[in-house]
Amino acid sequence: MKLLYFAWVRERVGTSEESRDLPGSVQTAGELKTWLASIDEGYAYAFEDQAIIRVALDKKLVEDDASLADASEAAFFPPMTGG
Amino acid sequence: MRIAVQLEPFDVGAEIEALHARNPAIGAVVSFTGYCRDEGGALATLELEHFPGMAEQALAEIAEAANDRWPLQGVTVIHRHGKLAPGDPIVLVVTASAHRRAAFEAADFLMDYLKTRAPFWKKEHPRDGTSEGRWVDAKAADDQDAGRWS
Repeated sequence: MKLLYFAWVRERVGTSEESRDLPGSVQTAGELKTWLASIDEGYAYAFEDQAIIRVALDKKLVEDDASLADASEAAFFPPMTGG
Repeated sequence: MRIAVQLEPFDVGAEIEALHARNPAIGAVVSFTGYCRDEGGALATLELEHFPGMAEQALAEIAEAANDRWPLQGVTVIHRHGKLAPGDPIVLVVTASAHRRAAFEAADFLMDYLKTRAPFWKKEHPRDGTSEGRWVDAKAADDQDAGRWS
């Protein structure tokens, strides 16, 4: 799956984009956050407060219980601060 | 509906004129421009990161939502990204309607929604160079403002 990171999530994981094969047990956006947090220290730091990290599947904001089944891309970022 | 995500500055007067376009059905045009503050002289530059593709899509959805909710004759939303200096314009919302109330409310709604739903992030770079920059924290007040419309 294609994974994208923005703002301080990007800085903490150390990359803006990557492709990863997900284990079968990872079915939802929230489970993907938990799995990413286990990769290494940088990911753990990026996802230390999972509840505040927003997820977009194929460029649509979703809740943590959203299924990954039909998604080809997942993006992770902090709460937005535009405007 | 005009939606733009761009590096370049925008011309507020030209955007208002373009939206109005001498349409005699329009009785009210409201515009809001957000500018980069200098934070009491402490800020050197403001860096705006965005999610290309999703940013345009999110702004279009927010504009559609405003259009569904108020009887609008037109909406323009322009958001810049990249490095900005104090005094630079960041965001522009223009709404046109037959009457002022709809135009005022729709502009207010657009700004509230855009702040919490459009994928842009601000990083402040201080003038004194003490740090490489600090990501701006999202404000709970912004979520409360967006909640006013639900």
